[in-house]
Amino acid sequence: MTLQSISWGATILLLVTTLSILLIRDWRWSLTLLAAQYIGIFWLTQLHWTISMAAVKLVTGWMAATILGITRSAHNPKFAAAPYRSWPEGRFFRILAALLAFLVVLSAAPGVVQLLPGIGFPEVTSSLILMTMGLLLLGLTIQPLRVVIGLLTVLAGFEILYAAVETSTLVAALLAVINLGLALVGSYLLTAGLEELEA
Amino acid sequence: MNAPLIWIGFPLILAIILWIPRRANITALLGGLSSLILAGVAWLLPIDTAIRLSSNLSIKISSSIAILGRQITISPTDQPLISLLFGLASLWFFGASAAGIARRLIPLGYGIIALLIASLSVEPFLYAALLIQTAILIAIPLLSPPEQRPGRGIIRFLIYQTLAMPFILSAGWLMAGVESSPGDIELLTQSATLLALGFAFLLAIFPLYSWIPLLMEEASPYAMGFILWLLPSVTLLFAISFLDRYTWLREFDQLNNALRSAGLLMVTTGGIWAAFQHHLGRIMGYATIVNTGFSLLALSLFPDYKLSAFFLLMIPQALGLIVWSLALSVVKMRENSLIYKEMRGMLQRYPIIIIGLIIAHFSASGLPLMANFPPILAIWEGVARQTLIAAFWLGLGLAGLFTGAIRSLAIMVRSPEDQLWELNGSLLQNILIGIGIFFILILGFFPQLIHPILTTLPAAFAHLSG
Repeated sequence: MTLQSISWGATILLLVTTLSILLIRDWRWSLTLLAAQYIGIFWLTQLHWTISMAAVKLVTGWMAATILGITRSAHNPKFAAAPYRSWPEGRFFRILAALLAFLVVLSAAPGVVQLLPGIGFPEVTSSLILMTMGLLLLGLTIQPLRVVIGLLTVLAGFEILYAAVETSTLVAALLAVINLGLALVGSYLLTAGLEELEA
Repeated sequence: MNAPLIWIGFPLILAIILWIPRRANITALLGGLSSLILAGVAWLLPIDTAIRLSSNLSIKISSSIAILGRQITISPTDQPLISLLFGLASLWFFGASAAGIARRLIPLGYGIIALLIASLSVEPFLYAALLIQTAILIAIPLLSPPEQRPGRGIIRFLIYQTLAMPFILSAGWLMAGVESSPGDIELLTQSATLLALGFAFLLAIFPLYSWIPLLMEEASPYAMGFILWLLPSVTLLFAISFLDRYTWLREFDQLNNALRSAGLLMVTTGGIWAAFQHHLGRIMGYATIVNTGFSLLALSLFPDYKLSAFFLLMIPQALGLIVWSLALSVVKMRENSLIYKEMRGMLQRYPIIIIGLIIAHFSASGLPLMANFPPILAIWEGVARQTLIAAFWLGLGLAGLFTGAIRSLAIMVRSPEDQLWELNGSLLQNILIGIGIFFILILGFFPQLIHPILTTLPAAFAHLSG
């Protein structure tokens, strides 16, 4: 019962963090929320994996957030805003879209629970929340930082589900490499072409 | 000695070492030669067989290596495929210096090839999706140079390719369930749908190919050509390994229809859009979409042709793409533009390079006596036997691509009256494109030259080689 309650707590944490990432523009807050997101992911993953393997996800996620944060903080704020504009940008629209996504999650979760024996309702709900919110974020922006945060969120959602069916160390290692690789690619794209702008 | 160490470990080491040379020519020469040697070794050296070096000394190359509890296995039947991949990669690497991106393409290219070969060799083979994703991440710095702001194309490429991995891994997990209960139609449909979605993202199947023309405008045409050759080729081989592995998938009623429909959509839309472009790079992008469409159509014919039509396409498509992207790179480097209105009279200024570009374009359109003609004709005939309407749509796509070639030619021959003939471009660029033109024509006249390679390639897929 306690475990179940903590799992639902993790689900609520993930809902709050993803919704906040969707609404907040400040990169510091976005990365802090991304790092907080990995605490919930760690909890839900360790239900199926060993603590040490689940800790890899937590550490990888924090490392990814740190890599992105360090790169972004080194930017000249004048150029960091860059010419990227997402469409549509209204906060009301985002809340409405997130609400719709949440409704989709609520309706799809029971079906997925039936499809995947041995996985609980909180894990499925959290996973679907992360994937739909991540996709929503990807659909609303082309800023490299937000795109990478979106991709990390989608992958994190998938990893929660996949942890229940696959416990291979190689898979855990490769997923960690991909998460870190995405953060590095994000850093690369954030810095690419800045010298030209600053010149 | 170990096969994965030779064809995966060694290229990874080269990916690091080849950053060292400061001169692009040296990098291209070392990279090309190393790749050629790896291809030759894959062709000649037997795996899992003792090789006697002297009366009391012999060596044996084992086929497997264990990493984190899983196996990476390169079996003797995989060798022709590896030889082909490294052989074609060596052509790309030799041309990289002429295209001006040797110092970036070759080290990153080796990293990508090593990971993609690992993806074809890992057991369980589903983990290939993870390795392909890692290779895609390495491709980002190749396609988006550090001095250029990332555009929409590279962002879409990253998103679409990354989204493929969860779909394929989920499909693979469901497929294990299908194997244990083959009568479960719902599970079967779910896994087939997830698999189709995963490959639709990876192969940039209609309408998910919007990143290709965008990226053709943003990135170096040669780097794009390399990625548009390597990624679809390996992804299609990965898709074939699914067909080889799962009997229910091979016998799935809708599979051929799905492959044919996807292929036709690619050929028709790619060909028609190519006819209306005003940017030479975008036209090549659409031609690569048509190429992928033909590969899918070749796979849809596997009940009749097995894998022969698919493998028949590989070399001519790669050769055409090398010549085309090299020619575009030279023009872009020297003229700083690939837009039609700036291309007037280019034939008189860059005769060999523009002839190479046009020949590669005509070859992709399936013009007779060009390298792509025999495979395209075989596929067209196979499709026509199944349904004439599909053959008509295929013809329409080819007509669109051909129209694009004629429009490009018309623009490039239109020069001012006082324009004199010149031979611009470096000697190396002209020689390499000249050699490429020669081989495109040779393969068109004598397609049987690649027959020895084709007979050995399908052996890697025991259930499909027939």
